[in-house]
Amino acid sequence: MGEMSSQGLHQADFDLTQFYAVFFEEAAENLASYESMLLEIDVADASDDELNAIFRVAHSIKGGAATFSFADVTELTHQLETLLDRVRKHELRLTRPMIDVLIESGDVLKAQLARYQGSTNETQDTTDLVVRIKKLAAGEELVAAVSGQRQLRVLIGPLANGAAADSLAELFRDIPSLGALEALDGGQLSAEGMRTFKVTTPSPDSELTELFSFHVSREQIQITPFPPAAQTEVIDVRTDVGGRSNNAESQTVGASAMEGEGFGFFVDLNTLPAARAGNAAAAQAAGDGGANGGVRGKKSDPNKPEKFANIESSTLRVSVEKVDQLINLVGELVITQAMLTQQVKPFDPVQHQALLTAVNDLERNTRHLQESVMSIRMIPMSFVFNRFPRVIRDLCTKLNKEIDLKMVGEATELDKGLIEKIVDPLTHLVRNSADHGIESPVKRLAAGKSANGTITLSAAHQGGSIVIEVRDDGAGLSRERLLAKAHERGLSVRDDMTDPEVWALIWEPGFSTADKLTDVSGRGVGMDVVRRNIASLGGTVELDSAEGYGTRVIVRLPLTLAIMDGMSIGVGSEIYILPLGSVVESLQIKANDIRTVTGAERVVKVRDEYLPVVALADVFQVPAAERRGVAEIMVIIEAEGQRVAALVDELVGQQQVVVKNLESNYRRVPGVSGATILGDGRVALIIDVSGLVKRSSLKPGLSTKEM
Amino acid sequence: MSAITSIETRAVATAAAQEYLTFKLGAEEYGIDILKVQEIRGYESPTRIANAPPFIKGVVNLRGVIVPIVDLRLKFNLGDASYDSFTVVIILNVIGRVVGAVVDSVSDVLELAADQIRPAPEFNSMLDASYIMGLGTVKSGDSERMLILADIERLMTSADMGLVEQRSH
Repeated sequence: MGEMSSQGLHQADFDLTQFYAVFFEEAAENLASYESMLLEIDVADASDDELNAIFRVAHSIKGGAATFSFADVTELTHQLETLLDRVRKHELRLTRPMIDVLIESGDVLKAQLARYQGSTNETQDTTDLVVRIKKLAAGEELVAAVSGQRQLRVLIGPLANGAAADSLAELFRDIPSLGALEALDGGQLSAEGMRTFKVTTPSPDSELTELFSFHVSREQIQITPFPPAAQTEVIDVRTDVGGRSNNAESQTVGASAMEGEGFGFFVDLNTLPAARAGNAAAAQAAGDGGANGGVRGKKSDPNKPEKFANIESSTLRVSVEKVDQLINLVGELVITQAMLTQQVKPFDPVQHQALLTAVNDLERNTRHLQESVMSIRMIPMSFVFNRFPRVIRDLCTKLNKEIDLKMVGEATELDKGLIEKIVDPLTHLVRNSADHGIESPVKRLAAGKSANGTITLSAAHQGGSIVIEVRDDGAGLSRERLLAKAHERGLSVRDDMTDPEVWALIWEPGFSTADKLTDVSGRGVGMDVVRRNIASLGGTVELDSAEGYGTRVIVRLPLTLAIMDGMSIGVGSEIYILPLGSVVESLQIKANDIRTVTGAERVVKVRDEYLPVVALADVFQVPAAERRGVAEIMVIIEAEGQRVAALVDELVGQQQVVVKNLESNYRRVPGVSGATILGDGRVALIIDVSGLVKRSSLKPGLSTKEM
Repeated sequence: MSAITSIETRAVATAAAQEYLTFKLGAEEYGIDILKVQEIRGYESPTRIANAPPFIKGVVNLRGVIVPIVDLRLKFNLGDASYDSFTVVIILNVIGRVVGAVVDSVSDVLELAADQIRPAPEFNSMLDASYIMGLGTVKSGDSERMLILADIERLMTSADMGLVEQRSH
């Protein structure tokens, strides 16, 4: 940081854009803490520290935004600041509606910043929000905002095929409460591959985006007010601010805002108490050509909590790309090290003691290095969980329910790539629990439960995977209702199906048991998508429910996709890898321990349990010439609660393997989840245990082909 | 020479003549765009993949990258699919993927001008005619050789090669 400012002093014509990234990252961090502070704050008894901290966030963002001439951000944060300033000086009392508005503003700010970062083109209409903030700042009560039907223009694209957008029309047909959708382009793609729709809806943009994203990717969705009003919007905001309309000359919105208002950093510092102390530094920086919003924001902010400063100095921001490169290199190193270890095996330990010790050290150090490098990519589940207090809070307001959220095991770490991809499915599950699971307070009391429902989110490591659980103490799934719905939808169901079979119906595409459609969930566009998303991450999802007591959804994911502990086994002359996490035990058996059922299915009795037997030589079609006769070693493997006894020829050893993707140059191979490179440089295939287990529960005649 | 002019000259040159790597499958000689070739290696026995067609020999480790190996001799029923120390694998780079192709032998790198290439006649061949870009003629001394110029990228990514997951939607 220090270096940047000194750079700024020397260079006269300074390119501000190089500091955008710093500002955006800081603003994002600030907004995240802003939101969590608002969610935690006690309305009745907010401490001065908390209020000051919240104020400072608005203040810092405003400072940066003004430097970079982000007029709309500056404007909104300015209004927030005015309101927050009065609150922290105890001129106004903090109220619930106030927090609602503040949180909403946080969202709008995030969207505005996203637009400047170029990740979206969506312009935010802040007119209404600004009016509400001003009313609050003036000490007025807010009249409950009636959100009527809004008319929006939705652009989808670029698409390769116009029909992809037609599924949106289905969405609107299925969900009457969503409003109406009208194609403006007669079903044709424009030259740029865009489809245009007119949407009349009471739902907010965020919700539309979420729903649409089931059919098209988020980046392809653009929602603008109808008719497109990007231009007028800016003017609206400006004139709305009143006293400043004099400055509202064309083009220079940002500049005029800065001059007219003097946002604490530039002209009239004394109007803003928090900035007073930083007066000198800020004034100096401003004189130097306004170099760096980030730096100035910090300097002029002596009240900034020390905690933040500490985190800053003890962490390092590194691009994921660099980390991935490091992981790849270490992966190569591990393979080389394994080769070396194998090469020195036949050496005489007495004669080559020094060499062997060195190789041993190398092995240990490589392993440590690998663990450390992998841990860089691991981030705690709290990154995902932290958004849920907000989600639940919003849902409670919307659904008139009282829900407590309990989170367990937030510190459990998971690969960054997986964390990012699990957010959407988990959000869906939590919304489902809140909407369908938890009953209204009245119903709960009538059922002899406490008025407050509880949703528990938990994460824990279990072997080589992470288990995430979403549990609610709500009404549970109704067997009768599920069966009735299934009949209605023409699915083949029988009344004597077991509970798990009935629960499994919920994963059918388009299945919903909600009595009425709400705008939260229950549109039936969900659970099958959730399952598909999780499966694409190599995970599984199970559901368990007891009517009247609640529902539990268990998501299992691999910890990381890059590395795992494996057991190498010999089948014929080939080596395969079994993920160690799925290996229960290995046993030696005699040929006559294996019995047949109905002549074809083979089983073996292990500890009072009959397990299906799978001969890996058959599964992997080992050529007859390489087979070693009757296999006598059995490895019991487990996936998704099912166990299978796999016949192998040899147990070779345990080792950590770097998982390589077969699909990057080849395609998916049934029964194989990936490949790795052995110590001798050869490729070994990693067995897809859950595929193997599923296969063994199929009919024997079918199985070899289906694999 | 400035960067732009050098690019232009190269562009003119490619329009006039293109370089081909030629290899033999049985008695036939093929030519493929040299720019698609990453390297040429000896054959090492690959790790077999269960349920793969016979011409997919398996996968090998090429400096940490898992590369599938296709035996073109088996695929097109040409030549004798035996493996010895002279068997050659052409490592190809097609649509961002690395694939190895086993051939009988690699002969040459040849430059062919547009007027040396004739369109291939319509015929019934093992090789789907759409993968053949044309037939080239090369004079060596008194004799003439015919080169079958194959669009190796299309061939390797085709559905019946089964190397690439075919997109269903």
